[in-house]
Amino acid sequence: MSAEGADITYRDALNQALREEMLRDESVFLMGEDIGRFDGAFKVTRGLLAEFGEERVVDTPITEAGFTGLGIGAAMAGLRPVIEIMTVNFALVAMDQIISNASKIRYMFGGQVSVPMVIRMPGGAGHQLSAQHSHSLEAMFTHVPGLKVVVPATPEDAKGLLKTAIRDDDPVIFLESEGLYGKKGPVGGEDDLVPFGQAVVRRAGDACTVIAHSRMVWVALAAAEQLAKQGIEVEVIDPRTFRPLDLGTLADSVQRTSRAVVVDEGWPECGIAAGIAAHLYEACFDWLDAPIGRVNSADVPMPYARNLEQAAIPQPHDVVAAVLAAMGRQVPA
Amino acid sequence: MSNSPPPAPTTDDMRGMFRTMTLIRRFEERASEEYMAGRIGGFLHLAIGEEAAVVGTVSALRPDDPLTSTYREHGQALARGSDPRRIMAELLGRATGLCGGRGGSMHLMDRERSFYGGYGIVGGAVPLALGLAWAARYRGGDQVAVTMFGEGAANQGVVSECFNMAGLWDLPIVFLILNNQYGMGTPVERAAPTEDFYPRATAYDIHSWKVDGMDVLAVRAAVAEAARLARDERRPACVELLAYRYRGHSMSDPDTVRAADEKERWQARDPLMTFERVLLGEGIMDAGTIAEMRAEVDGVVDDATAFARESPEVPVDQLAQNVYASPWNDDARGSALVRA
Repeated sequence: MSAEGADITYRDALNQALREEMLRDESVFLMGEDIGRFDGAFKVTRGLLAEFGEERVVDTPITEAGFTGLGIGAAMAGLRPVIEIMTVNFALVAMDQIISNASKIRYMFGGQVSVPMVIRMPGGAGHQLSAQHSHSLEAMFTHVPGLKVVVPATPEDAKGLLKTAIRDDDPVIFLESEGLYGKKGPVGGEDDLVPFGQAVVRRAGDACTVIAHSRMVWVALAAAEQLAKQGIEVEVIDPRTFRPLDLGTLADSVQRTSRAVVVDEGWPECGIAAGIAAHLYEACFDWLDAPIGRVNSADVPMPYARNLEQAAIPQPHDVVAAVLAAMGRQVPA
Repeated sequence: MSNSPPPAPTTDDMRGMFRTMTLIRRFEERASEEYMAGRIGGFLHLAIGEEAAVVGTVSALRPDDPLTSTYREHGQALARGSDPRRIMAELLGRATGLCGGRGGSMHLMDRERSFYGGYGIVGGAVPLALGLAWAARYRGGDQVAVTMFGEGAANQGVVSECFNMAGLWDLPIVFLILNNQYGMGTPVERAAPTEDFYPRATAYDIHSWKVDGMDVLAVRAAVAEAARLARDERRPACVELLAYRYRGHSMSDPDTVRAADEKERWQARDPLMTFERVLLGEGIMDAGTIAEMRAEVDGVVDDATAFARESPEVPVDQLAQNVYASPWNDDARGSALVRA
């Protein structure tokens, strides 16, 4: 789908989306720590300061609550800020601004103002960053009415969903994966937007539905390959957004396969997998042949040691085991 | 619209300011009665005693200068010219309220009058005002964002973050620290090591000073100067307004901790009485015109109360209205935003 047909990275796909939307709409500006002169901690904003100048690509002090709140106020006035929080871990100090202000302002004031902003941030574990720098907080944001929550897994979705997010009139929490920035793939052109609330089938199958998002899509696809060698064809579905959630596509698949496993890098308690499983029990109870399986990170703060970290994060073999369990089969020794 | 209001008000301005202060006092007293009668729920924070700080501030601003406040914000809405009927209706949770009954006492907003709202998290609205200032400058406008918050909020980290960014980027913003000397029931000396709060802004290269917040003319002059700095010299400013609220923190605070003689001392400097003496002394109003004005204001408050009580409740089928700007949110209940 790329104009030249060349694959680009998830990082560059995000950069393209930012650049195209900034060219399209002067009310779009970027703000965050080290996003200008330093090109961003993950280089997503590379080159944008030179192209758009300091008024539209703003390096901030280390002050997440402050600049997130500033973005909310600017959005109330009709601008379209794209706030980069360096990683999701630092969003915790801005949580009051996100939850008490961004998510509620439109409702609380009777629709007098909207908050058309995007808060971008990468998260996820896998780089031995230990407990305070390895969060997957999708569930926390998805819990909150008034926010939209977007979790792209591919360069194409990273670009198309970010463009949709920037044009959207509500506050969008845009959760990138640190582990996917280098992932290559085709992307859409300037006018190719990926809509919110439309799940996508990443691999078709009829034995079991595997639901996964962001980096876990790739873990699920690796598991699907291994299962295929045993003659088990699973269907891998990526919801792409949690608010709104395309329950219809998930439920249709589960009603066909009668089995489901939800893969989620977050913690198990009251998590994304738990929430999706609850929806599926309500929508598909009469079709299910087995309890819905959940694959989550271990219920511990993320450890540093490589072997412990890898044991804590969902791996393809964990997904394989969960699918086999849902199918009533033994996990091979 | 290019000029700020002058620091010294005209006699017409002064009559208008006195009327607005009287309206706030009477409105708050009536709100208190409606609360005691059970017609207002939730929290109700009254601005009685703080009328000079509110009216002096708003009178020094242009109508298009965006303003944010705390949860003690009925006065700001009234001073900005919001319809008292719709404010009282909001307090009573009615469909005709300023925010359709979704916000209540703590969350009034009147965007048409550039009043960007009352907020319930102490200090939490200050960065929003910074964003409003940012947007004004981004668009090449000359509006000045103004944010009123208490000395209690000045102890919140995010307020220091805002001082820092405002000073760093020279944003057109005026920080108003309304120091009413109590954070709920805790007196300032038990919450901060220094008596004054404005030097905290000074530390971030923001021009800052302190005035008597019980004197409406002093407040107006100070805020006018602060707005001039922000508008004409593109420098942020901070003014600390020393004032006193007469009632407890909210209606659920019986106010038994503060000493009676302290309250009497401050009430002897009542902002309405002080200003009335000025108006009488300068012959701007007389006993007759003041009585006439009070009767008119009482009529406005009576009318607002009757309107609110007679207004319909919000239809429950509108529960999920306005959670999102997107049209597909309106049928959302329970699991909002799930497409089945």
